Amino acid sequence: MSTHTLSVLVENKPGVLAHVAALFSRRAFNITSLSVGPTSDERVSRMTIVVDGASTPVDQVHKQLEKLIRVLKVVELDEDAAIERELALIKVVAAPELRAELLDVAASFRANVVDMGPETVVLEAVCSPGRLGSLLEQLDRHGTCELVRTGMIAISRGAGTITDEEPEALAVSA
Amino acid sequence: MEVTGAQALVRSLECQGVDVIFGLPGGAILPAYDPLRSSSLRHILVRHEQGAGHAAEGYAWATGRVGVCMATSGPGATNLVTALADAYMDSVPMVAITGQVPTAMIGTDAFQESDITGITAPITKHNELVTDVERIPAAIAEAFHIASSGRPGPVLVDLPKDILQATSTWSWPPVLDLPGYRVPGPPDAERIAAAARLLHQARRPVLYVGGGVIKSDSHEALRELAETVQAPVTTTLMARGAFPDSHPLALGMPGMHGMYAAVAALQEADLVVALGSRFDDRVTGKLAAFAPKAKVIHADIDPAEIGKNRTPDVAIVGDLRTVMGELARAARALVASDGPTDTADWVATTAGWKRSFPLRYTQDSDGPLKPQHVVERLSAMTGGDAIIVAGVGQHQMHASQHYSFTKPRSWINSGGAGTMGFAVPAAMGAQVGRPGELVVAIDGDGCFQMTAQELATCAIEGIPIKVLIFNNGFLGMVRQWQELFYDERYSEVHLGTAIPDYVKLAEAYGCVGLRCEQSGDVDAVLEKALSISDVPTVVDFRTHDAEGVFPMIPVGHANDDIVLGPEFTAAEQRAAARKEVMAS
Repeated sequence: MSTHTLSVLVENKPGVLAHVAALFSRRAFNITSLSVGPTSDERVSRMTIVVDGASTPVDQVHKQLEKLIRVLKVVELDEDAAIERELALIKVVAAPELRAELLDVAASFRANVVDMGPETVVLEAVCSPGRLGSLLEQLDRHGTCELVRTGMIAISRGAGTITDEEPEALAVSA
Repeated sequence: MEVTGAQALVRSLECQGVDVIFGLPGGAILPAYDPLRSSSLRHILVRHEQGAGHAAEGYAWATGRVGVCMATSGPGATNLVTALADAYMDSVPMVAITGQVPTAMIGTDAFQESDITGITAPITKHNELVTDVERIPAAIAEAFHIASSGRPGPVLVDLPKDILQATSTWSWPPVLDLPGYRVPGPPDAERIAAAARLLHQARRPVLYVGGGVIKSDSHEALRELAETVQAPVTTTLMARGAFPDSHPLALGMPGMHGMYAAVAALQEADLVVALGSRFDDRVTGKLAAFAPKAKVIHADIDPAEIGKNRTPDVAIVGDLRTVMGELARAARALVASDGPTDTADWVATTAGWKRSFPLRYTQDSDGPLKPQHVVERLSAMTGGDAIIVAGVGQHQMHASQHYSFTKPRSWINSGGAGTMGFAVPAAMGAQVGRPGELVVAIDGDGCFQMTAQELATCAIEGIPIKVLIFNNGFLGMVRQWQELFYDERYSEVHLGTAIPDYVKLAEAYGCVGLRCEQSGDVDAVLEKALSISDVPTVVDFRTHDAEGVFPMIPVGHANDDIVLGPEFTAAEQRAAARKEVMAS
């Protein structure tokens, strides 16, 4: 799957998420994940939208998002030049005889144990979506009871920031 | 000065230069109707909110100004939905104002509550639920700015009742707070130069002109460009009137029911210049087989249209008026320096196609009345000077095909959305916007019955539109598809010609009602209808029920598969398939 990551700055106003969601529905765009949160500027929220490039024309997603009045800026992050993270909380069966092994797996993925009961443990993992996939695979043999993921967030490497550049010129490359 | 939200709304509309609102009051919007009484704004009380929406559209199409409609919450607002969807598809500048239940009751399933901003998010350019009375002037000013700038479109402003009743200090003009809204700047000079070079080099160019040319008022630049580079011009359903049909370079409408010459020219072109058009499926047919030999220049104010359906060789984003002015200037300079373009053979070929495969129908003097004949007589009798408004279906295609348009903003229809019932209220809006002019709605009997009640509005408000009903007793276009693609298995398309009695219905609505059943009477009936200027007039033309619209490209087919229709011989159809020119 060829995923593309769009970082989107939007006005922090009511209805913005509805407009973005309506756009995705209306244009039949498929999104893999979407996460929203505040930024250091209280007037602005930041969305990270992961789009499946195979089924969805990313260029159209980008341009259609730009057309939404409350969208301030859309930047596509280059996978190689971005840090991508996702938080997952995973409740796993922790049978006594396999518990030590389970904790070893968690440690090797730097996942923290945030709850430990007689039958299960809850792990907190923060990693790239790919690495999270590997962790979940490892945990499968123990038995994952419940999984909750935040959706991916991402930031570019280096000194540059999303607010650096002027809004991209509306002219498009042909 | 302290004013209520309702007063602020009315003042804002006045300051915005609005002269007319089409609307219908109800509970939540009631506060807004009180200050309207003492306002200079003309409010036209419609009979159904959908009519208000289409009237606002017709007004906008005819004048280029923003059309305004107003409705109450809940069903009042949802009745605007079809018109908003229509305006969104056809990029019609429009502001819809809706009442909403009081803010404290939002979300409680209150009486006449509906989430109209949620409902209309995908069919408006923008919408806003106003939750602060102080914001009303800015919300209205922003709505007008967004609706009318860039690629135009509908904007909805939802006003809860308590916000309309609250008070604030009036001030105007408000500061627009739209940090995320950008209108494209001047077009890229290098791209203009590249486009001009392609145009100058092309041997078989076609200008594929869309509604953007009319919306940007760039028809004069279009004519100059076409004549400078000697390129034939096709005007889409949205662009009829952007280029005079009588011009030697005019090929007429392209697409599913387009002129053969327009369709063939695009298929054979070595350069297609898309100007404010969007490669709609009704124009392209099977997209992969559209204009297969052509390089493409695509100029549009909406960057998202570029590359949406067809990847261009040169893309120009900008206001078409500037783009085309500069393109014409650059082309003129190239002609001056490097000599005229070499398109004479091509222009002759396209003219040969026009001559060989024209629109054809047969009107026997004692045979059934043909809709094409009525349109042609109307065209001749008005000299192409009327504002023609159509609904959707066969009558719309016949009107677009057979009326000879001479100028922009003289053709109004529902293009992208295909909204039946558009014509009567849109004609009403057009007539209000251009009161001294002749506005003629050409409508089908199916369409007419969806919104006919606005005849009452027209009669009472003194809006003397003419409505020509092409009454064939069928949902004619659907019937045609069942005939051609469902083996004549007609299903739920027969309406009957006699019920209602359109003459009596017209009279009941305070209009003049006329009927015409024979071709020999067409001129006299039209003459009578056109002579009435004080009341609306409805003519019941009893047209042939089996008449189809041709040419036709079956849906999903390549445009090369164009079918000329039953009026052409098999030999002619074969010649057309080979894109030959018949000896005259």
